[in-house]
Amino acid sequence: MSEVVEAGHATHDDHHDHGPDKGLARWLFTTNHKDIGTLYLWFSFTMFLIGGVLALVIRAELFQPGLQFVNPEFFNQMTTNHGLIMVFGAIMPAFVGLANWLVPMMVGAPDMALPRMNNLSFWILPFAFAMLISTLFMEAGGPNFGWTFYAPLSTTYAPETVTYFIFGVHLMGASSIMGSINIIATILNMRAPGMTLMKMPLFVWTWLITAYLLLAVMPVLAGAVTMMLFDIHFGTSFFNAAGGGDPVMFQHIFWFFGHPEVYIMILPAFGVVSQIIPTFSRKPLFGYDSMVYATASIAFLSFIVWAHHMFTVGMPLAGQLFFMYATMLIAVPTGVKVFNWVSTMWQGAMTFETPMLFAIAFVILFTIGGFSGLMLAITPADYQYHDTYFVVAHFHYVLVPGALFSIIAAVYYWLPKWCGRMYDESLGKLHFWLSFIGVNVTFFPQHFSGLAGMPRRIPDYALQFADFNMLSSIGAFIFGFSQVFFLYVVIKAIRSGKPATDRVWEGAHGLEWTLPSPAPYHSFTHPPKITDAEAHS
Amino acid sequence: MPKVNIRRLTPVARLCVGFVLALVAVGAGADELNMTRGVTEISRSIFDLHMYIFWICVVIGIIVFGAMFWSLIHHRKSAGVTPAKFHESTKLEIAWTLVPTLILIAIAWPATQVLVAMYDTGGEDMTVEVRGYQWKWQYKYLDEDYNSTFYFFSNLATPQEEIRGQAEKGEFYLLDVDEPLRIPTNRKVRFLITAEDVIHAWWVPEFGIKRDAVPGILNDLWTIVPEPGIYRGQCTELCGKDHGFMPIVVHAMPEDEYDAWYAERLAAEEERKRALSKTFTEEELMAEGEAVYATYCASCHMPNGMGVPPVFPALDGSPIATGPREAHLDVIVNGVYGTAMQAFGEQLDAAQIAAVTHYERHAWGNDADDVTQPKDVIEFMSSQQ
Ligand code: HEC
Ligand SMILES: [Cu+2]
Ligand SMILES: [Cu+2]
Repeated sequence: MSEVVEAGHATHDDHHDHGPDKGLARWLFTTNHKDIGTLYLWFSFTMFLIGGVLALVIRAELFQPGLQFVNPEFFNQMTTNHGLIMVFGAIMPAFVGLANWLVPMMVGAPDMALPRMNNLSFWILPFAFAMLISTLFMEAGGPNFGWTFYAPLSTTYAPETVTYFIFGVHLMGASSIMGSINIIATILNMRAPGMTLMKMPLFVWTWLITAYLLLAVMPVLAGAVTMMLFDIHFGTSFFNAAGGGDPVMFQHIFWFFGHPEVYIMILPAFGVVSQIIPTFSRKPLFGYDSMVYATASIAFLSFIVWAHHMFTVGMPLAGQLFFMYATMLIAVPTGVKVFNWVSTMWQGAMTFETPMLFAIAFVILFTIGGFSGLMLAITPADYQYHDTYFVVAHFHYVLVPGALFSIIAAVYYWLPKWCGRMYDESLGKLHFWLSFIGVNVTFFPQHFSGLAGMPRRIPDYALQFADFNMLSSIGAFIFGFSQVFFLYVVIKAIRSGKPATDRVWEGAHGLEWTLPSPAPYHSFTHPPKITDAEAHS
Repeated sequence: MPKVNIRRLTPVARLCVGFVLALVAVGAGADELNMTRGVTEISRSIFDLHMYIFWICVVIGIIVFGAMFWSLIHHRKSAGVTPAKFHESTKLEIAWTLVPTLILIAIAWPATQVLVAMYDTGGEDMTVEVRGYQWKWQYKYLDEDYNSTFYFFSNLATPQEEIRGQAEKGEFYLLDVDEPLRIPTNRKVRFLITAEDVIHAWWVPEFGIKRDAVPGILNDLWTIVPEPGIYRGQCTELCGKDHGFMPIVVHAMPEDEYDAWYAERLAAEEERKRALSKTFTEEELMAEGEAVYATYCASCHMPNGMGVPPVFPALDGSPIATGPREAHLDVIVNGVYGTAMQAFGEQLDAAQIAAVTHYERHAWGNDADDVTQPKDVIEFMSSQQ
């Protein structure tokens, strides 16, 4: 509702700066990319805390063998909702929030291309998640079939509340699709003159590709849940063997969405890290072109590897071999990225502010997750790893010190630009070290419990897994509480941080740093001139 | 901007040393930290493959992280360096695309060989059908024409008291069953894996075999176990409430012992079939019924018959368990479609069904005035057809 213009303001300024509305209306009706970005980020943080609480319930129960706090039925609801909330509620919206804030500033645009749809795509989310989370308080209990919701556990054998879950997923999908259309439209149409595609910052590139991935696979997810809906309520048998259906088909459909989905959660992270490392190395990003091509290859490959999640369902040999080889191939472009980051640091003049610490940890720990990923790609070995804690360790390494660390790094890195104030560097570093230690103490031992044979998604376990689980639980609580500390650091910065300069970081390049801090409500009302210094940094 | 001195980096360095030590421990084969080597040829080749890839990752890791840490230590602003300007090198970039590709080929080759060996089904000496149920395994021994000779269920044997912390946990806590699957050593055993309700997965780490048990699909799997012993595994596909409580125990027996057991089991099967025509006393029915109930029903309806409402109804005072017997038998024999209440008609024999029905009608506060005998169950089941 940016028509509301303060009296006396409108007369003296022909490209007047619409200020934001006051109060709640500002947030409900906003079409401003920064406001919407802020909404996304706070929403995602809220979901992150809720998902985190569920994770801590899980870790508390697993602290010792035996059933202590929750019964198995509730435990399954915890694992399921932890996964769903973290994937769809925390990580994905956080990246959309970052895209909202940064893409217009990075390409030299005043706002997103489709501001009203932008508002809608955000405001769908609180309803979707309210619906999902409310099922936990219903008599039949919430979804309890894992975030992968394999049929028929999620259809014939699901609690009645599954219909809420299905509708929730539909809404999340609609939100993601609108969000990605908006991002694509902005990037393709709103770039300032001279900002050619190959001059775009890598964050913009990775988001462009991610948005296409989203467009391609969210409808597939919607298809999967719609088929479930029909099986449950309208007597079809897509996934019901007794009616001639095929439970394995569900998995093919799910993972055709699910594998690209994991890249949806990591490609923007690659983008963030590719912005941060050059800044604090005071050296341009190494291999910009190959970064772009590597991102595109990863996106392409992500469509032909889905069945590596299904090596144990009983596929024919040729299928197993195809999916094994294709999956291994992903290591090549991913390796290129890691090598490029290391080469960017090489012979730079590095400093280690909080964003850089998180980015470095990202490179190391994501690579460790990549190694376990490579091991999981080897079909015969996967028979021993599949559905054990080794897998849990693997995907948490790529998602927590991977995707999540990149989001935290991004917040520290751009927060001064967003709110015009610096965070407290020593508190940021403390947050980093707590997170770094917490994450490794939590997830590293899970490699061992997995190799020793502990299945995932169990509320109780045999005695030989006890030590590792205790360690994991301790780490999880350290990690959990350090994220509450993060909240404190951010709020302190917003309220009373020292004023930030426009450039903020000595080595920062890119259009966003040419704007004042905090950035004006409408980013670039006149297209900026693209200089070499500010292009693809 | 705050400077970083070398002492700031030592925690990183220390953590890394910790990591490397842990990795080396795995490499050195510290048993409880690593994948099981197992006892079969397949499991050992998987283990070798795992270690081979692991070491490749370690070497790559040392090179990449080594370069990175070198850089982190020497290329710091506080060390007074001026940043270099380079930002690409076609030669390097080609090299680090090609070299990893070659490494991948070096991994893919042995992996393919192991996989091909695993798919060498056929030529089996015997076949067992493995069927996953919520939440137990059924093992059915098939003859040459794939007809069932006999079958039994394998249930968790760990008592609830151990799980609830009211008794000390035994050595094989959660990994013990009432009756293990028995197979002979040195014979090729083929498993046909499927499921009754939802998807489960059958895994014995020491044999290096794992396969999903999918309703409506028969997957096959084989093993040759060279050493007698008891091997334990668990269900590895989320299958509902008691997914964590359906272990797999395989007792690999020397061939002659196995043959003797098998013959005995066949004879017992004949005996069991005869029991179906017997009439039992009420005491016998209650005793047998209590045993059947504890094994097959108590996980949902609870030992005290109170269930876990609303999902698992109480049987104590339930209108079905105290009302007309027809309806009660109907629920037990045919299950309730679309709920966790399975059709026990295929899992239990008439004598067991009679006993558990009788038990439910007379246990706790229930007090029906009838006696259920195997012949009543047989009558009920034939009246359905
Ligand atoms: C996997 C969980 C599970 C197991 C094991 C199980 N039941 Fe049930 N049972 C249920 C559920 C769920 C219902 C409710 C079905 C419905 O919605 O009508 C039920 C209902 C019943 C009822 C009807 C109760 C009523 O008042 O409606 C009887 C009788 C019964 N079960 C007997 C048994 C017997 C006998 C066994 C063991 C041989 C057994 N159940 C094992 C889950 C189970
Ligand atoms: Cu995948
Ligand atoms: Cu299971």
